[in-house]
Amino acid sequence: MIEHILGKLDLSAIPFDEPPAMIAGGGMVVGAIAVVILITYLRKWKWLWTEWLTSVDHKKIGIMYILVALVMLLRGFADAMLMRAQQAVSVGSAHGFLPPSHYDQIFTAHGVIMIFFMAMPIMVGLMNIVVPLQIGARDVAFPFLNSVSFWLFVVGVILVMLSLIVGEFGRTGWLAYPPLSETQFSPGVGVDYYLWSLQISGIGTLLTGVNFFVTIIKMRCPGMTLMRMPIFTWTALCTNILIIIAFPILTVTLGMLALDRYLDFHFFSNSFGGNQMLYVNLIWAWGHPEVYILVLPAFGIFSEVVSTYCQKRLFGYTTMVYATACITILSFIVWLHHFFTMGAGANVNAFFGIATMVISIPTGVKIFNWLFTMYRGRVHFTAPMYWTLGFIVTFSIGGMTGVLLAVPGADFLLHNSLFLIAHFHNVIIGGVVFGYIAGITYWFPKATGIKLNEALGKASFWCWLVGFYFAFIPLYILGFMGATRRLSHYDAATGWHPYFVIALVGALIIFAGIGFMVLQIGTSILWRKKNMDTTGDPWNGRTLEWDTASPPPFYNFAHIPHVHSVEPHWDHKQALLNAEKHPARVESKRAYEPIHMPKNTGVGVMIGIFGFFLGFALIWDIWWLVIASGLAIFASVAYRSFDYDIDYYVTVEEIEKIENEISNRKRA
Amino acid sequence: MANNHNTQAAGHAYANNHSHSGKSHGSLISYIVGFILSIVLTLIPYYLVVNHVLPTEMGYIAIAVLAVLQLLVQLIFFLHLSLAPEGRNTLLSFIFTVIVLFILVAGTLWIMYNMNVNMMEHM
Amino acid sequence: MSTQENVISAQAGIHPHAHHGHHHDHDAEATDKVVFGFWIYIMSDCILFASIFGAFAVLHNNTFGGPDAKELFSMPYVLVETFLLLTSSFTYGLAMLGTYRGAKNQVLFWLGITFLLGLGFICMEVNEFHKLILEGNGPQRSAFLSSFFTLVGTHGLHVTCGLIWMVLLMLQVGKHGIGAVTTRKLACLSLFWHFLDIVWIFVFTVVYLMGAI
Repeated sequence: MIEHILGKLDLSAIPFDEPPAMIAGGGMVVGAIAVVILITYLRKWKWLWTEWLTSVDHKKIGIMYILVALVMLLRGFADAMLMRAQQAVSVGSAHGFLPPSHYDQIFTAHGVIMIFFMAMPIMVGLMNIVVPLQIGARDVAFPFLNSVSFWLFVVGVILVMLSLIVGEFGRTGWLAYPPLSETQFSPGVGVDYYLWSLQISGIGTLLTGVNFFVTIIKMRCPGMTLMRMPIFTWTALCTNILIIIAFPILTVTLGMLALDRYLDFHFFSNSFGGNQMLYVNLIWAWGHPEVYILVLPAFGIFSEVVSTYCQKRLFGYTTMVYATACITILSFIVWLHHFFTMGAGANVNAFFGIATMVISIPTGVKIFNWLFTMYRGRVHFTAPMYWTLGFIVTFSIGGMTGVLLAVPGADFLLHNSLFLIAHFHNVIIGGVVFGYIAGITYWFPKATGIKLNEALGKASFWCWLVGFYFAFIPLYILGFMGATRRLSHYDAATGWHPYFVIALVGALIIFAGIGFMVLQIGTSILWRKKNMDTTGDPWNGRTLEWDTASPPPFYNFAHIPHVHSVEPHWDHKQALLNAEKHPARVESKRAYEPIHMPKNTGVGVMIGIFGFFLGFALIWDIWWLVIASGLAIFASVAYRSFDYDIDYYVTVEEIEKIENEISNRKRA
Repeated sequence: MANNHNTQAAGHAYANNHSHSGKSHGSLISYIVGFILSIVLTLIPYYLVVNHVLPTEMGYIAIAVLAVLQLLVQLIFFLHLSLAPEGRNTLLSFIFTVIVLFILVAGTLWIMYNMNVNMMEHM
Repeated sequence: MSTQENVISAQAGIHPHAHHGHHHDHDAEATDKVVFGFWIYIMSDCILFASIFGAFAVLHNNTFGGPDAKELFSMPYVLVETFLLLTSSFTYGLAMLGTYRGAKNQVLFWLGITFLLGLGFICMEVNEFHKLILEGNGPQRSAFLSSFFTLVGTHGLHVTCGLIWMVLLMLQVGKHGIGAVTTRKLACLSLFWHFLDIVWIFVFTVVYLMGAI
């Protein structure tokens, strides 16, 4: 009877025998309880519910995405520290403090969290905050879907975090290759946590992709042709195309693995004609575009940052657009380079090797565009600019080691070694992470009205940069010495120990960098009176998002702007400087009109809650709950579908009130 | 292109104006023609296969070609895909999807076939 | 082109519509966005099916000593399934013609017919699956059958979702009549339904016809 009610779930699911997991999980639970108590004490539940959780405002959803993602950055980084510490001490007769079963969960969780629950949501969050503002729109195309996407992502986060204390996480590595991930070799719930957290949050990502693609195609303000879009919007467009095309492949691949595990299908099994290499093929057909999903928006951020802080139009706007488009297409024809050693013939390997090298050409074009923008520009050395400079150097090195790996012959030697680990951290930290931090710093005043502390930002940058080189250059060397990835123990005679110790020191320096980041955000918010941005344009920006207040009113623009160039805000400011020749803009004198906006809704939260129960029930084989929560999700969607009262008009009086407040703030 | 503020159409009632979706909505005649064509294009390959009219390889090619023709019939008569400018985004996104779809399927088959030849010869 | 008109009208400071025109304006805009967005979703669904087709193509010879397509499938049965789906696509088209004419009863009638045809298709498919499983040729038998059940089953699942959606829409059309919102929703389901028809054409060709050669 009890197994009908609770499925596989019982007390043994809680890992009392693994102290590190219990400490981390306990800390997490205590933290969550503390947050709940704090909110209750401050009587903020109603405010939280009406202003944030049920919000369909893209700016608020964006902020929530980034907030959750930063928490997950801490979790993922904690995993990284544990790995570095384990490898620094687990040599020879010493076996470190992590048993292999736990160590394997840690490297799996680290990869999954950093890609899906840290990088992806920061990217989506920035896109949420910035894209509608940059294209002069009042919202995204489907505000309700946006809220659903966010809550599905949160479900994934909660499932991954829950695996710490209820059951276990996968021990398979972040892509869960079969046959290791099949029931035969991974009988526990670890892989199921992996599957359902990714499936559920993946659906959210796909919806985001459709949402923002339609937003950018259909909702640009009058005059903004495709070739007048800001570069960040361009990269967001290409990223969304990649999401729309690549994420279904992930859904299918993980779905097949789930069928193998739950219903004894034979897609990837060792027997019955299954073919595990098909999994590797399919997962990388998603996985390679995923890399560009992450890095293209980072390129967009650097473009905005460079052009703003050099007070100069971006060099080679058109080539930047074409380079982005090229990368988008090319990212679909290189996926085999992740498994050169699989056994395909020289012709296949050569084709994919060359295609991979070709990608470095448009990427190189971009690097030169940024350099030429700085050339003879008035470079303001602000924190985002520091991140950009650090990126250009670090990413170039990572790119070059990537071209090395693209040579199939070299890859046979380096495959699965720490050289590979060093390479992709080199491009992901140097490219994606630096880019996103630059983006957060750059747009923080836009989203919140508060400027971040410069000195702490620069301190964080130096720690990240120096720490990065200390942590990963030794890994390149270790790769050449033959150290493979995911080792929890090695022999002293290998001579690897000193390098692992240096890598640990590097990780500690990065830890300091993260500390400065937290300090920077915390103190800037705490002492916000000093750091207010009342102008709406703190950096003397060039694109439309700087045309409205910081933070923008919920309808973004009282009048929909009309643009005539790539840099409408800059051109407008130039025009004002020559005021006698050019009269002030017409629209500032125009009367307001009622604005059509969507109503907030709790349906997204409800779908999230039921989605969580669905995922949890699937993981623990609680079939009645699977059916119940499935029906509840269906009912929520049907309820929403029958609700025709989903929008309203903001009255002219309210707009006037808000706009007056904004102009009073500016004058003060 | 791609602008939602179509001033000419916006004032009209929804029922008589559907050009916004980027697709026209066909007539009874076009639906009937499409239906008949799709039935015919189903029967021909069925006949070819069941009665073994063609040698194996020719058969594969013939039914593949007929399937593509059937696809075009469905796209034109039922989904109203057209070259008209207001449907350009729809058409472009479709063409792009087909290209990626082809890369994905053909690439997968090429890679997996190549590996089978290399690694499974002894079996 | 429309962009240019807009800039001009905006520069002149004249909003193109009086306030009462706003609702139609938003309806048209929303229809434009929703139908295009749904089309983009269908594009991603194309890739979803393509991945499964790819897996089927790779695994279709891996019968592991079990039966292959030639031994398993009855061609006349599949032909009837195909006709059901093709006809339902046609009748949905007639429902759409009714929609644009604002003829509520015509819409409900043809949606009803479409629903019955779709239901017939699903029943036939479930029956086929049931028979295969009873004979011991379920998805657990071989990689070929795993991929067959997944490919055909995923399509069937889509059709089932389409049927449920159709019922919800019939209720909404009954309640609200043919308005801007219901028209938009009917247009989306029409895209979905015709798309599933196209996917079936390829299932029919690749799984059944090529299997029978």
